[in-house]
Amino acid sequence: MSHHSSHHSSHHSSHNYQEPEPAGGIVPAIARLPRRTVFKWFVAVAAALQLGDTQVFGAEPIPSVPPLIPPITAKGYGSDPQLNKFYTPGDAWPLTLSKAQRAAAIALADVILPADDLGPAASQVRVIDFVDEWVSAPYPGQLNDRAIILPGLDWLDAEATKRFGALFAALKPEQHKALCDDICFEAKAKEELKAGAKFFSKFRSLASAAYYATPDGWKAIGYVGNVPSLTYDGPPPEVLAKLGVVQTVK
Amino acid sequence: MPIIKAEEATKDYDVIIVGSGAGGGQMAFTLTLAGIKCLMLEAGRAYDPVAETPMFQRNDQAPLLGSQTPDKQFFGFHDATIDGGWQMEAEPYTQASDKPEEQFWWWRARMLGGRTNHWGRISLRNGPYDFKPKTRDGVGLDWPIGYDDVEPYYTKVEQLIGVFGSNEGLENTPNSPDGVLQPPPKGRAGELLAQKHGKTLGIPIIPIHRAVLTQRLDADNLPAKLFPGNAWAQKIVGDAMRLRAACFWATPCGRGCSIGANYQSTTVHLPPALATGNLDIVANAHVREVLLGADGKATGVLFIDKLTGKDVRVKAKAVVLAASSGETVRIMLNSKSTLFPNGIANGTGLVGKNIMDTVGTSLQGQIPALENLPPYNEDGAGGSHFYAPWWLYKEAEKLGFPRGYHIEMGATRGMPGGGNPLPDDLGAGAYGSKYKQEARRYYGSFMGFACRGEMIPNDNCFVELDSTVKDKWGVPVLKWHWKWSEHEQRMCDHAEKTFKDLIGAMGGTVRSVTNGRNRIDPGGKIIHEVGGAIMGTSAKTSVCNGYNQTWDVKNLFLVDGTPFPSNADKNPTLTIMALSWRAGDYIVDQAKKGML
Ligand SMILES: Cc1cc2nc3c(=O)[nH]c(=O)nc-3n(C[C@H](O)[C@H](O)[C@H](O)COP(=O)(O)OP(=O)(O)OC[C@H]3O[C@@H](n4cnc5c(N)ncnc54)[C@H](O)[C@@H]3O)c2cc1C
Ligand code: SF4
Repeated sequence: MSHHSSHHSSHHSSHNYQEPEPAGGIVPAIARLPRRTVFKWFVAVAAALQLGDTQVFGAEPIPSVPPLIPPITAKGYGSDPQLNKFYTPGDAWPLTLSKAQRAAAIALADVILPADDLGPAASQVRVIDFVDEWVSAPYPGQLNDRAIILPGLDWLDAEATKRFGALFAALKPEQHKALCDDICFEAKAKEELKAGAKFFSKFRSLASAAYYATPDGWKAIGYVGNVPSLTYDGPPPEVLAKLGVVQTVK
Repeated sequence: MPIIKAEEATKDYDVIIVGSGAGGGQMAFTLTLAGIKCLMLEAGRAYDPVAETPMFQRNDQAPLLGSQTPDKQFFGFHDATIDGGWQMEAEPYTQASDKPEEQFWWWRARMLGGRTNHWGRISLRNGPYDFKPKTRDGVGLDWPIGYDDVEPYYTKVEQLIGVFGSNEGLENTPNSPDGVLQPPPKGRAGELLAQKHGKTLGIPIIPIHRAVLTQRLDADNLPAKLFPGNAWAQKIVGDAMRLRAACFWATPCGRGCSIGANYQSTTVHLPPALATGNLDIVANAHVREVLLGADGKATGVLFIDKLTGKDVRVKAKAVVLAASSGETVRIMLNSKSTLFPNGIANGTGLVGKNIMDTVGTSLQGQIPALENLPPYNEDGAGGSHFYAPWWLYKEAEKLGFPRGYHIEMGATRGMPGGGNPLPDDLGAGAYGSKYKQEARRYYGSFMGFACRGEMIPNDNCFVELDSTVKDKWGVPVLKWHWKWSEHEQRMCDHAEKTFKDLIGAMGGTVRSVTNGRNRIDPGGKIIHEVGGAIMGTSAKTSVCNGYNQTWDVKNLFLVDGTPFPSNADKNPTLTIMALSWRAGDYIVDQAKKGML
């Protein structure tokens, strides 16, 4: 992986981002960073990437990582890791999200996966630890996601500050909704929010990949397996009836 | 599992077996139980599924939620495969063409048991047509043997490893003798729905055959059937069978099975072979070449002890190669001598030719009828329960492609986590409780259908040694040449239309984007690579005879996929094992006659 100082695809430089107004009293950390640089780069990256394509091996990581995304120096777990063991985020490599990024991520994950009658909120099942582990991993697919998620979280705080004068985590539910409604569906997002929408889509995908991997997530989605049993009975009568099929294996 | 060091392999061995997967495991089993002293050389490390398999681990208990990475390239973190994949740093391979469609994906595993630790366990017999394809339709190559030659060995292998399935009496889809197959598991919701609608389209969707024990093996009676009159062998095999539990209907088979309820060489073949006292295994033994004596017979092999980097020579009366077909070819081509300047047993120049994979293409559908089903357990036997054997033998002439494919299908309510359950287009921007409801609604409503079809060998698919690139130990690597022919492309056109019809009949919509002629999976991608040293009726047109014995070197045998002159749509491993057992019996017979 190479770390050039940021050079951007020039065809994206026509996007004209507004500097957020520094809001009274709250000056987010991000406001001290060269945001124009981050945003342009973020848009370029989001456009260049095929989202969700983490399964293509040998895919080169994004070549141009701006200096404010700290590089990953950890090694992978290798081709012979111990398998019959229980891992927790942080075991395989260090977590790298900043405090501010974690705060934004926890809040966003809870907006996407709130506590309700289907189960607990994302924060109650440590979803952010998994997302942090993911974006801190040394593999090409995850490095690509890192290049979307980290600037995306920074952008989220900046956008929240611009619109409501507070960091994303500090927003009220209706403010969360107002912001998320604008970026929750990439196909319908306004041109200037497309990059934010791409980030949202990737984040939702990672957060739910984590949420539904947990026992609470299993309940929420309706998975009832991973338990040993003496017999396999197949679909129960109500499932067969709903589908209009009969069990053909006696 | 008892493994010896490289420097301890000094006994007077009768037979050296290279590779410990399906072919090598079966050979070790057959020979050691006949009292033959064997040395098995395995390039990977020792591996014990009983101690190492992650059975009930959840995805949130693995790095990256268990997803695939360049370190764990197939089923993800919990996959049984270690030190293997499409690419291995220590052992590269090269491509003759830089066009993606002319490249071969070569999957390898470097561990005791090879790919049998994580394979899909689909175990289909070839039918009578599959041994004489050229006679039937004029293309490709016939086998020198027929179904009747192999049938007794299919039965024996099924009895030993345990295969579930049903006898449906369909064309070229052989029944097993009564009582040989284990009972098939119940159909799952999506499988039953596909079966119902398949019927209206004339597609027979029936229980698949997989090497999973749906009940314990009959250890009191099977050993006597396998080894009549041999009380010693019966005792060893019976004891090994008693150590295997029945499937407990949880935990994916691709992780391997610590209770021995499915077939992997490391739980089924190697324990009884070791119990005979006739087997030594050296792990981390990277075989470079077969050594040749002045009399034109193999004298042993040269391997690199990966732990020390040293060359080691071991001797035996016969050598059996079972390193997986690509690797067996590589070893043969690297075994150069004055007698065989182009590689051992390669007088014809046919070693490396006629490489085949399975024709693969797939389509995913979303089936509204499967939405919001009452939750129920679909883990089952850790893999598919149903499939459709090829059903259009009578229409081959009309179809425009001569051979058939079977349909594998994947449904649906598997262990979640590690991926987004709700694609963005279906979610339409949902977040919050709406997202959770939609995820639950769609969970289990996606079904994939895959074509697994017969490729006809062609002159553009072969391997040779790369003239410059070497692996970490200085051994020349393979260069792959690949090109699908029109037969395979047309088959994929047909399969895609079939899947669209089936998904449509189920009331669903097609999810995947289809991509014209590129829809065919790359060569090697289905990991059914066979051929490269085909068997035939004459030393002029083939590398070995019908007993997997090379024509040129009488004490050299090839018992992986290399001798296959055709690659039926049926997945190859059951046939590899049946032929390996048969070749083993032949070796025992030859040894008794003093012919080796
Ligand atoms: C994901 C997956 C799913 C599959 N599903 C199915 C299925 O459902 N049904 C089916 O029929 N087939 C399936 N297959 C294919 C099946 O795994 C192979 O056909 C089978 O394992 C072949 O057995 P083998 O003995 O030829 O090779 P392997 O099982 O690969 O064993 C070869 C062994 O030789 C060793 N070796 C290699 N080179 C050397 C060397 N130079 N020196 C010493 N040792 C060496 C290797 O390390 C390995 O252990 C699947 C494969 C994969 C990867
Ligand atoms: S599904 Fe059954 S056979 Fe497969 S790994 Fe689990 S227990 Fe073993």
